[in-house]
Amino acid sequence: MADAAVTASPGAGVAGRGRFAARAARAVWPVLMVVGVTVGLWYAACLPMNVKESLNQAERAGAVIVPEGGQARRDASPWGLMAQNPAHLGGVWSQDRPRLPAPHQVAVELYETTVGMALAGRAFSNRSLFTHAWVTLSATLLGFGIGTALGILLAVGIVHNRAMDMSVMPWAIASQTIPILALAPMIVVVLNSVGISGLLPKALISAYLSFFPVVVGMVKGLRSPEAAQLDLLWTYNATPAQTLWKLRLPASMPYLFASLKVGVAASLVGAIVGELPTGAVAGLGARLLAGSYYGQTVQIWSALFAAAILAALLVGLIGLLQRVVLGRMGMGR
Amino acid sequence: MPPRKGGAAPRRLRRLPPEYLDQDDGAGMALIAGSLAFWAAAWWLNVRLAASRWAGTTAGRLAVPAIFGATLLVLWEGLVRGLSVPSVILPPPSAIAARFVVSTDILWADFVQTFVKGALTGYAIGALAAFAVALAADRWDVLRRGMLPVGSFMAALPIVGTAPILVMWFGFDWQSKAAVVVVMVFFPILVNTVEGLRAADAMQRDLMVTYAASPLQTLLKLRLPAAMPFVFNGLKISTTLALIGAIVAEFFGSPTLGMGFRISTEVGRLALDMVWAEIVVAALAGSAFYGVVAAVERRVTFWHPSQRGRG
Repeated sequence: MADAAVTASPGAGVAGRGRFAARAARAVWPVLMVVGVTVGLWYAACLPMNVKESLNQAERAGAVIVPEGGQARRDASPWGLMAQNPAHLGGVWSQDRPRLPAPHQVAVELYETTVGMALAGRAFSNRSLFTHAWVTLSATLLGFGIGTALGILLAVGIVHNRAMDMSVMPWAIASQTIPILALAPMIVVVLNSVGISGLLPKALISAYLSFFPVVVGMVKGLRSPEAAQLDLLWTYNATPAQTLWKLRLPASMPYLFASLKVGVAASLVGAIVGELPTGAVAGLGARLLAGSYYGQTVQIWSALFAAAILAALLVGLIGLLQRVVLGRMGMGR
Repeated sequence: MPPRKGGAAPRRLRRLPPEYLDQDDGAGMALIAGSLAFWAAAWWLNVRLAASRWAGTTAGRLAVPAIFGATLLVLWEGLVRGLSVPSVILPPPSAIAARFVVSTDILWADFVQTFVKGALTGYAIGALAAFAVALAADRWDVLRRGMLPVGSFMAALPIVGTAPILVMWFGFDWQSKAAVVVVMVFFPILVNTVEGLRAADAMQRDLMVTYAASPLQTLLKLRLPAAMPFVFNGLKISTTLALIGAIVAEFFGSPTLGMGFRISTEVGRLALDMVWAEIVVAALAGSAFYGVVAAVERRVTFWHPSQRGRG
């Protein structure tokens, strides 16, 4: 994509723009195809998943279903039921509480709980996904900020202090193989019991999860300057602080952004999981949990997609920042 | 207990049952001072070790982090006991170790349920599925160009959120946990394998053409081996994801067994020593799992520059 943009720069003319469009199409249509096939499979999967409930409804409405009675169908195979009742399958895509909601149901729910409520002037009511997304997002961002700041500080310490490097670094690497997320319920409940609740416990989990990727990435980045470059600063009689500010930190930027992307995704997962043990008050994780308590599958799926959109926005934002910063530093592709 | 701590915390603490708060003042101060002194001594030792000629040897590389880890444990133990932190907030390591030793049978049952049944099964299925799809994507280029962006996108999403749905579909037992793990490990392994299958360079592929090798032979003898470092990268990332998926899925419903179940119920009963014991199991299982996959990687990709020269 990047080199395609270069070709299409001013001066390349109409031919360049045409080539750009062709390349964009070449990149986009396989993706569209994969997405399209996925959505198609999704609609198809609704048939066996929802066929029993749908036939029950049709029967209650007076249709003749083979075999008769919900009991008889309970243990029947969904494929057989589909083959025997081809005329009554329309309901599988419009159930109230389907086992698998159809894509358009999720889309409608997403629209109604976001744009729809905003248009009705209730953008931040309790049912609006904006409210829940904001609750999760604020914890994510606070935790991500804390984790990133501490991670960079520790990385600077590790690079400048050999004892610290040898003591801490193996643990920082080993901690990435440990399911830290298992700590989440305990952190939330313990902090609750000492009177700290709300944003901070979730933010701490987020911070914890984004901390280690940033440490490991930044140590790599701060060490990325070559020996010749370090030697040059040595001949300038530069202090360690000057070396840090003028060489190591700028050189570490590509590594920083790579680990920020990992870190922000981990932060979001941390905030979502951090919302589970508090009894589902607010936030996307709470929506997931409440949905699973009450069998509101459409709500679960829409919360899941909201979380996915949020993750994509966060990672995309950092990607944009990366392009701008690295571009201005002359390190862009 | 120290005389007073400001803020809202003490008010809440006082409501805890008295048996949680054991009082001893003089010994407490000694414990704090002792652990701080240990910290200083260990720090001094590590600084000396790092500067000495031992630093480059294997023994030195193992000793320094080990001393650091031991320091953390001693500080934790000394401060928790010295400040009489209630065990419902942070139990000392010795209490966790004691709990670990007396409840090995429960921990083992949880480990089998969550790790062996849930995580390992899901990991195996997910890895095989991702591998099969990657081979298909490699065979048809259109599929690859469509899969790769979608797969990388999916790998960044909070997939663990599918847990409530899959628990609803597959029931409370380990099958639903395995399903969550399948979805979680699928995309990282897929993306890495697809990348890896393109790793063989043009010169090597030309050589296979001059040998008149069939596509299958090229795949088996050149491109699959060349892909292995990438494949194992995906497999290693996924070891942690598998364990996370299996544990978090249990927060959404499980039989009365399993690491995630134990963590969430014991947290509710404020039996934090048991929670920590379970976290120790999770940490050990996670590192061991990673270690096994990394060991297999060393055997399979012994030819790769990153593995050579390690003895």
